[in-house]
Amino acid sequence: MFRRERSIPLRGSAAALCNNLSVLQLPVRSLTHFGVVHGPSAQLLSAAPEGVPLAQRQLQAKEGAGVSPPLITQVHWCVLPFRVLLVLTSHRGIQMYESDGSVMVYWHALDAGDASLVQAVFARGIAASGHFICVGMWSGRVLVFDIPAKGPNIVLSEELAGHQTPVTDIATEPAQGQLDCKPLENRDCVADMVTADDSGLLCVWQSGPEFKLLTRIPGFGVPCPSVQLWQGTIAAGYGNGQVRLYEASTGTLHVQIDAHARAICALDLAPEVGKLLSAAEDTFVHIWKLSRRPEGGYIEVEHCHGECVPDTQVCGARFCDPSGSSFAVTGYDLAEILRFSSM
Amino acid sequence: MSVRTLPLLFLNLGGEMLYILDQRLRAQNIPGDKARKVLNDIISTMFNQKFMEELFKPQELYSKKALRTVYDRLAHASIMRLNQASMDKLYDLMTMAFKYQVLLCPRPKDVLLVTFNHLDAIKGFIQDSPTILHQVDETFQQLTEIYGGLSAGEFQLIRQTLLIFFQDLHVRVSIFLKDKVQNSNGRFVLPVSGPLPWGTKVPGLIRTFNDKGEEVRKVEFKHGGSYVTAPKEGSFELYGDRVLKLGTNMYSVNRPVETHMSGASENLAAQTQESIAPNPLAKEELNLLARLIGGMEIKKPSGPEPGFRLNLFTTDEEEEQAALTRPEELFYEVINIQATQDQQTNEELARIMGEFEISDQPRRSASKGDDLLAMMDEL
Repeated sequence: MFRRERSIPLRGSAAALCNNLSVLQLPVRSLTHFGVVHGPSAQLLSAAPEGVPLAQRQLQAKEGAGVSPPLITQVHWCVLPFRVLLVLTSHRGIQMYESDGSVMVYWHALDAGDASLVQAVFARGIAASGHFICVGMWSGRVLVFDIPAKGPNIVLSEELAGHQTPVTDIATEPAQGQLDCKPLENRDCVADMVTADDSGLLCVWQSGPEFKLLTRIPGFGVPCPSVQLWQGTIAAGYGNGQVRLYEASTGTLHVQIDAHARAICALDLAPEVGKLLSAAEDTFVHIWKLSRRPEGGYIEVEHCHGECVPDTQVCGARFCDPSGSSFAVTGYDLAEILRFSSM
Repeated sequence: MSVRTLPLLFLNLGGEMLYILDQRLRAQNIPGDKARKVLNDIISTMFNQKFMEELFKPQELYSKKALRTVYDRLAHASIMRLNQASMDKLYDLMTMAFKYQVLLCPRPKDVLLVTFNHLDAIKGFIQDSPTILHQVDETFQQLTEIYGGLSAGEFQLIRQTLLIFFQDLHVRVSIFLKDKVQNSNGRFVLPVSGPLPWGTKVPGLIRTFNDKGEEVRKVEFKHGGSYVTAPKEGSFELYGDRVLKLGTNMYSVNRPVETHMSGASENLAAQTQESIAPNPLAKEELNLLARLIGGMEIKKPSGPEPGFRLNLFTTDEEEEQAALTRPEELFYEVINIQATQDQQTNEELARIMGEFEISDQPRRSASKGDDLLAMMDEL
């Protein structure tokens, strides 16, 4: 059972985007950072336990040329081995900041290149993989940036081709997951990144100085707005309300959940305990427990909890602590972050 | 965001406008022939071929201010006049209605069905005018050509673009409050029951498969809602059962058109964001569509044809009162540009446009300015 905790007010309402909430947990400092996209601006705020808001900051999409202010598509904290960077993607480019948003350390302008007149140009989908940050593009390409331990000397190291339609989300194995990974037949072939797109296609990658495409999991006519990766299992949320779990190394479908009545907008993981959170435009947030059977070894799912956020088209949801005992939700047009914790 | 959104926004808002005007014309007992003329003139202007050509070009959405100017001109395309307060109210009702329809669309693609519902009703208004009917059918064709082949992902982007346009609008509408589709805080009710989107299964089932793809386990869970599968898919043909009720006419003579002005709104900062953002073209935001409407000539019948004023409120006093008490954050700064025949003004504007041209603009964002200049050259 979960109860509503005190909401955290936002300066601006949340935009109707997917994955529109990023959370950076800093348990050592008893702080939680939240990031929400409003439109042409994003809001960062930090809160103490009990949700008491402490500091807040607004970031704008870097203008570039053009008549109207560009819109931000996503804001996300990337936890790297030696630093944390905040990444902001928009219709103009990719902005990277120090984790508190105080200093921009890198700007990458999008090259509209051979986008046709009818294509919207934007970056979307952000994830950290080792010392790389990967960002998806409207073209389906994924940019891989090499991040130094400190300083602004960030370099675009690779451009991955795997998708033909706009990238929606990217997920990488959480650090702990890699250590606890069950022994795979071919240890050289560790799937540690998955990218998703508007057609529902998933691409599974192995990270490294050069990323390698391991396998593709085709879509079925609906977008896959959100994806997670845990101990070799991919959890993907789709536009028809389904959550599907696949074996990352082979692409085999193992679980299919008719989870929501509308498009899924966000998935999150509490990797320590194998909990998965799904949120959708149907106003519901569901929490699931993932586990691997001892014999057979494939993944199983159990439903733990469902929460209705009345009259709210949810657009972002995240766990707020590693044990998955609390989570936060944003909704379209809502100027607050809703918080829930288990009793 | 999506550059394919403007036609859907314009046609659906236009449709709502016609529903409201039709209801008010009847409520105010405007003679049948005058009422028909007004609707015919407005519809004929909306579906003018040149106008539609411009509308369907891939482009960013207009700002709220710019779009409002288009409807101001459209509403005055005939012999009918509206005071500022009535025009404000009309626009509030139109935008809240379409916002509601977009929000409640089961699938992003269903916004096309909503558009078809509006077009079907528009055809009902002009049954006796084969020329205008033909124009509407042409537009139907164009919609099918452009949107018929779009993927679910592209419709999702269109939906997000529309919702960003409507973000933070919370005007309370009496008919919505009465029907309990809107709460007293201005937010729409999102039901957790009823028919599912076409292609979505009833939530509540977890199926597990082995390596060979055989189902090995089936478990149900309690999902919290009360849904049923959609009986059938709405038709995207020229004629057909759309199934979806969103976008059909919710007004009738017995259901008066009222609004509650939402006084204290939560996000003043967010709402006024657009008006304070610096925009060198703000004053001259020519609004190509508005200019095109302004340039169209409505054939005036021979003999004196006195215009009349339509009131969106029940009495003139109410209308005056509404104008005085409209909350400041809901002001629409209407751009009154007499962009029709003044050649000198056009030249001046062209000069100003030239001054603002930034040399290394990427191809895409220069399109708005370039189009304007090209249009002016043609005049």
